[in-house]
Amino acid sequence: MTWPHKDLLDVTQLSRADATEILRAAKSFQEINSRPVKKVPILKGKSVILFFAEPSTRTKTSFDVAGKRLSADTFSLAKSGSSLTKGESLKDTVLTLQAMKPDAIVMRHNMSGAAKFIAERLECAVINAGDGWHAHPTQALLDAFTLTERWGGVEGKTVLILGDIAHSRVARSNVHLLRLLGASVRLCAPKTLLPHAVSSWGVPVSSDLDEAVRGVDAVMCLRLQLERQQAGLLPDVREYSRRFCMTLPRLAKAAKGAVVLHPGPINRGWEIASDLADASESLILDQVASGVDVRMALLHLYLTRKERKE
Amino acid sequence: MSQADLVVRSAALATDPQTPVDLFVAKGRVVALVASGTRPVPEGAKVVEASGLILLPGLSDVHVHLREPGQEWKETIATGLSAAAKGGFVNVMCMANTDPVNDQACVTETMLDKAAKSHPKGPRLFPVGALTVGLDGKALAPMEELKAAGCKAFSNDGRPVADSELFRRALEYASDLGIPVIDHCEDPYLAPHAGVNEGVVSARLGLRGAPTAGEAIQVARDCLLSKYLGVPIHLAHVSCAQSVDIIRAAKAQGAPVTAETAPHYLILTEEACEGYDTAAKVNPPLRTRTDQQALLAALEDGTIDVLATDHAPHAAHEKETPFDEAPNGISGLETALSVTWELVARGELSAKSLISAWCTRPAEIFGLPQNRFQEGDPADFILFDPAARWTVTPQSLLSKGKNTPLLGRELTGQVRAAYVAGKNALQA
Ligand SMILES: [Zn+2]
Repeated sequence: MTWPHKDLLDVTQLSRADATEILRAAKSFQEINSRPVKKVPILKGKSVILFFAEPSTRTKTSFDVAGKRLSADTFSLAKSGSSLTKGESLKDTVLTLQAMKPDAIVMRHNMSGAAKFIAERLECAVINAGDGWHAHPTQALLDAFTLTERWGGVEGKTVLILGDIAHSRVARSNVHLLRLLGASVRLCAPKTLLPHAVSSWGVPVSSDLDEAVRGVDAVMCLRLQLERQQAGLLPDVREYSRRFCMTLPRLAKAAKGAVVLHPGPINRGWEIASDLADASESLILDQVASGVDVRMALLHLYLTRKERKE
Repeated sequence: MSQADLVVRSAALATDPQTPVDLFVAKGRVVALVASGTRPVPEGAKVVEASGLILLPGLSDVHVHLREPGQEWKETIATGLSAAAKGGFVNVMCMANTDPVNDQACVTETMLDKAAKSHPKGPRLFPVGALTVGLDGKALAPMEELKAAGCKAFSNDGRPVADSELFRRALEYASDLGIPVIDHCEDPYLAPHAGVNEGVVSARLGLRGAPTAGEAIQVARDCLLSKYLGVPIHLAHVSCAQSVDIIRAAKAQGAPVTAETAPHYLILTEEACEGYDTAAKVNPPLRTRTDQQALLAALEDGTIDVLATDHAPHAAHEKETPFDEAPNGISGLETALSVTWELVARGELSAKSLISAWCTRPAEIFGLPQNRFQEGDPADFILFDPAARWTVTPQSLLSKGKNTPLLGRELTGQVRAAYVAGKNALQA
């Protein structure tokens, strides 16, 4: 298969066949990650810049590990300590990066559309590691991979996405990808944490968690940012947890064998009860492992795209 | 009656394109407008053949940002007025959010001086003075001084006054001086300068949007104050159906409010922001097709009195950023008449409403020179070629602001001549 995309900006770019191909490739890299020596030379000589304008230890480390296991050279560029804090425009940063001739840039940025902005100006592959409230395609892919590992596929399953939907790139990408792969999606959040035009997404929405959780096969909890309370979108964390914290008793109302996911880092007791986070129903650590598999698959597909075409 | 020194022959009127007319002008004033060929051309008069062209009164733009003093890289008074002339505007009102703010006579005088030096033949510049000092919304600006220096209106445009008590006092003080207040309607808490409508597009792109209610709430406040105090308020760049409904009801109850909208709200929707296109980032934001239809109906029934461009030039590098970082604004002087004429050609707007909104009403509301083609009126008119086709490119625009979502689009209709008091401002 010739990989048709230069960049991975959003899951909306992917066809169902593309997504399936990524998950299939992730499965093949999973085997490497269980070997005693977890390194293969397939991206030797390739350079990947990890450009994180917004801090994220977890995603950055995951990409770093994925790149190194494929023998790519990875370089980190953080916003603090870079010229970005000195008022340099994103365009100038992009031109600077371009001049270093990387093969790929993995970027996290606090502004929606930033990944598209740099992809349009760079010749190398751009992989969006999260832009503002817009998209987090690699997270959605690793979530789908985690569920596929558990169930053999997501087709016909129902997933509830719970929490701060309005400000969540994880939610936006997951709603699209899960439906693309044949799952049904529901949303649950207080109205203050839903986009005003959420009805245009065409999925059921509820503010009653006990109702929303009924019969679902998975609950995907989102991280709650404390700023939301300061912005007047929530009373306080205690009140939020009473209504929206995922707990074992609540999960009992879901379908038999239902699981919970969380993109991390988790606030124990806020979005997810501590005992549930550690229970066998929790796939949180499986998600972290899947993250490396999926990101290896992506780096491989995007970095060898040209060679494949020729 | 003096002997005509300029005759425009065989032009068509927008409202009656079938019957060609001749326009007679003497010493910068209209002498007569007659059916073509019914009156002899005096010896020695300059004759302008205008067959195939539409004769319109000169347009007035009551809402532009010329950026001088302070941000001359975006626009200067010289480049802004050149763009205005090219767009068919003979009168231009420039907003006070310059640097320094136009809150004292010396700033107004500098603006007028620059205009007179760069454009002695026009277009005429009419500065809008700040309503509050520094546009800070805290203390009233010296309005009498600003009026004496040449300001035609007062406005806090760009930084709407949230304090309703202060706004009330500003209205009262301005009305003493007989000068209208222009309000940029935006509840700064509910409708932050987001540049995109809160709706389907903002939900998909993951951008914070500005709800229509944030505009309409302040429109309602202004309508209530206008009625209560009996003073005029002109509502700037109305963008949505909710505001239109409130203005219509207020007018029916006798509130002396007037309102404007801008061409971009009539021809574009929030979808223009897809792909994070910063050229379409404007405040208030582009709305939906429903809002568009409400605005068109409101122009037709007079609920919205005026068209104004809200010309807001920015440098290319300022717009070449992620959406959130880009400044709000569309450069609009040179495309305004073409795009609104296209609405007339498509039957979505009547020629009568077009002339009322671009020429008659702005002049009435702000006391600007006005040509109704009556004897003695200033000879402010334009010749518009409705068949000309042109493509909007950076090179085609005289404004320094190339920031328009219409770049690359082919438009129909172009201004061939713009006469201010009998002199063509388009000729050097
Ligand atoms: Zn404004």
